[in-house]
Amino acid sequence: MSTDVLDNAHAHEHAHHDASSTRVFGFWIYIMSDCILFAALFATYAVLGHNYAGGPTGKEIFELDGVLIETFCLLFSSITYGFAMVAMNKGQRQLVILWLAITFILGASFVGLELKEFSHLIAEGHSWQQSAFLSSFFALVSTHGLHVSCGLIWMVFMMLHVYRHGLTELNQARLMCLSLFWHFLDIIWIFVFTFVYLLGVLNG
Amino acid sequence: MLGKLTLADIPYDNPIVMGAVGFMVLTGLIIFALITYYGKWTYLWKNWLTSVDHKKIGVMYFVVALVMLLRGFSDAILMRSQQAVALGADQGYLPPEHYDQIFTAHGVIMIFFVAMPFVIGLINIVVPLQIGARDVAFPYLNSVSFWLFVVGVILVNLSLAIGDFAKTGWLAYPPLSEMQYSPDVGVDYYIWSLQISGIGTLLTGINFFATIIKMRAPGMTLMKMPIFSWTALCTNVLIIGAFPVLTVTLALLTLDRYLGMHFFTNALGGDMMMYINLIWIWGHPEVYILVLPVFGVFSEVVATYSKKPLFGYTSMVYATIAITVLSFVVWLHHFFTMGSGANVNAFFGIMTMIIAIPTGVKIFNWLFTMYGGRVEFSTPLLWTLGFMITFSIGGMTGVLLAVPGADFVLHNSLFLIAHFHNVIIGGVVFGSMAGYAYWFPKAFGFTLNERWGKYSFWCWLVGFYLAFMPLYYLGFLGMTRRLDHYDNPAFQPWLILAAFGALIILMGIIFTIVQLVVSIRDRHENQDVTGDPWGGRTLEWSTSSPPPFYNFAEIPVISELDTFHAMKEKGDYPHEPKQYKEIHMPRNTGVGVFVGLFSFIFGFAMTWYIWWMAIAGALGILGCMIWRSFDKDVDYYVPVEEIERIEGEWLEKVHNYQEKNGKTSTDSTTTQTAYVN
Repeated sequence: MSTDVLDNAHAHEHAHHDASSTRVFGFWIYIMSDCILFAALFATYAVLGHNYAGGPTGKEIFELDGVLIETFCLLFSSITYGFAMVAMNKGQRQLVILWLAITFILGASFVGLELKEFSHLIAEGHSWQQSAFLSSFFALVSTHGLHVSCGLIWMVFMMLHVYRHGLTELNQARLMCLSLFWHFLDIIWIFVFTFVYLLGVLNG
Repeated sequence: MLGKLTLADIPYDNPIVMGAVGFMVLTGLIIFALITYYGKWTYLWKNWLTSVDHKKIGVMYFVVALVMLLRGFSDAILMRSQQAVALGADQGYLPPEHYDQIFTAHGVIMIFFVAMPFVIGLINIVVPLQIGARDVAFPYLNSVSFWLFVVGVILVNLSLAIGDFAKTGWLAYPPLSEMQYSPDVGVDYYIWSLQISGIGTLLTGINFFATIIKMRAPGMTLMKMPIFSWTALCTNVLIIGAFPVLTVTLALLTLDRYLGMHFFTNALGGDMMMYINLIWIWGHPEVYILVLPVFGVFSEVVATYSKKPLFGYTSMVYATIAITVLSFVVWLHHFFTMGSGANVNAFFGIMTMIIAIPTGVKIFNWLFTMYGGRVEFSTPLLWTLGFMITFSIGGMTGVLLAVPGADFVLHNSLFLIAHFHNVIIGGVVFGSMAGYAYWFPKAFGFTLNERWGKYSFWCWLVGFYLAFMPLYYLGFLGMTRRLDHYDNPAFQPWLILAAFGALIILMGIIFTIVQLVVSIRDRHENQDVTGDPWGGRTLEWSTSSPPPFYNFAEIPVISELDTFHAMKEKGDYPHEPKQYKEIHMPRNTGVGVFVGLFSFIFGFAMTWYIWWMAIAGALGILGCMIWRSFDKDVDYYVPVEEIERIEGEWLEKVHNYQEKNGKTSTDSTTTQTAYVN
């Protein structure tokens, strides 16, 4: 009888463990598909990014100072998310929520700064309607921004989940997925920063 | 308040459209009334619509696909009859703006809402059973995928009743699909129906990739996995690789149309060839997404009905992988006439021809499987034979089109139309019908009527040749595609012949319906008691028909390729576990239905520029996802007593059957195998 119970308990644990690893694996695959989505947008930018159609070039409109601050916000938010994961592995629930909150603030600052840059461009008359270059610029950068915003919404609810139910196995798997997502967006941003902003200013 | 939508958008004045709408509404009302009369709403909701069982979701995909086949085929009949008469002074009965919607809808429906759900339905029903899994990796996500697909179907059909559908052709090339030339909602219906169902397909791809990689039964290494599951795996890789590109392409067109961007416009630096490149970077893998799984179907069918292991399993796997990789480097052959230069065209032409090699490997493997086998000419095998001949012809005309010089002559002609119908009907449709007949007893517990199945096959085969061989010839005569009217009298006899062929295909479709009705009527005589009606070789036949909702009471341990065949030879069938254990299963959930409902609201609102409603729809989707994340009651354990009861009933039936029939289906298979050897 006692072995039966033991077996069952083990079977349950096994099923859950499998579910977590499958969840994270599935999310990896989603990220790979997202990577292809960004690849298509980068390819579009590469093809259309020099079609200025009489409008401004990247060199004329990019303000690297603001973009650099944005970049640091996002890079630091990756580090703070990393600290949240460290806290998770140590089982420190309050600390996880604290680091998530800090990550959220940094991420929200990034989105805020991006919106400020966009509104500045539009106010100067350089909206997405002006040229194919600006269309592809806005599409690529704001797709990344939209991803970050989705990540922020997700983060709010993760804080709520962790607050309410603690660091359950399910919540740990979810935090792991969000972690993958967040670092992935960081990598994408490094490409955006390099290929759009830096090379734009260099070659513009 | 209602965006662009007014009462004038309902085409009261068009008798053909109103007739079709009336028919749809009437059918809907009859179905609604019947369900209400028999009090089946609760049953439907609890057992089907909210189901996360891969087998039921697969069946629902198939049902929708069959219904949409009727819709897409009606479009075909309209076009064939229009072209049969519209010569010279006779303008036919379809005005150009209606005809343009019909050929667009025909293409969109047949690819996205017939071929795709046939293939994805088969993958849903079969793959988890073949790999010895109890469900897919993410059952709830599977339900969401299905409902997103249904939203696409509803939007396309709704465009018939409210507003217009696109008049652009099935890939909506800009600049024609831009706001300047297509200001009505047709292209917007197109965009949102494909965008929403496309996201569903992407989620399916991720889901089944994770399922196949992570959930195979212990011992089933990749090279011991049944070939249909292999082709499903490769198809999922293609979906994951290609569908994000479709998402982006449609999104960029959306931005052009809704926000006035300049990706594909004629002005301000836009480049329409960028669209055509992007859409085919998705579009060419898409044709292999459709055809690889049916290659898998044919492989299973040929092996089973030849009573032999599949010839050259390893080469079949590598051929599938080769096609998967190559399908990403041939997209430019769809527009050699773009003018990218001789070297670029030569590269893509050669890559295209190289794809014929792994495909040829497959054809020879199937032939050698039959060679020396005890071939049983059942309906699925007939479809397979019809496929091998028809698809080979289609493949050869494809290689001809891969020669850039020849393509410059044949581009956009009816020769092209004949070619791709040759491979899609000969391949995907025949394969889906073979898979339908082959796995039907597994899904429903009784076999399909063979006689009507064969009638259907012969009508499809003969009808296909009559309908499409004339199109090759018309291509050589110089007739281009998508004509609603022509002046060359030499075209007409061939177009009449093609219309006649389409009618014979119609007979084939009618016979399929008759077959279904007759088979349901005779279901008690045709019962599949054992779960193994054909002497199958793979794991899905080792469980009952229909399988219990948990598929396998005990997950089998795999030691060889044709694992069920080996089990039967060892006398381990039906398998009786020494002791049952409780089984962990996901609970049904209605969230998928609601995600679909809100996606529909979102898609419809975006189409008609009803912004408040679009925001409501988007918030609804988000709300569903969040609500689901707080739902803790998502799974349960099936108690041992229930498993014992279900398994006991089945085992008793099988034992009775085996006693009554003297020898089991197992024995006959064994002797036949011995005979072959």
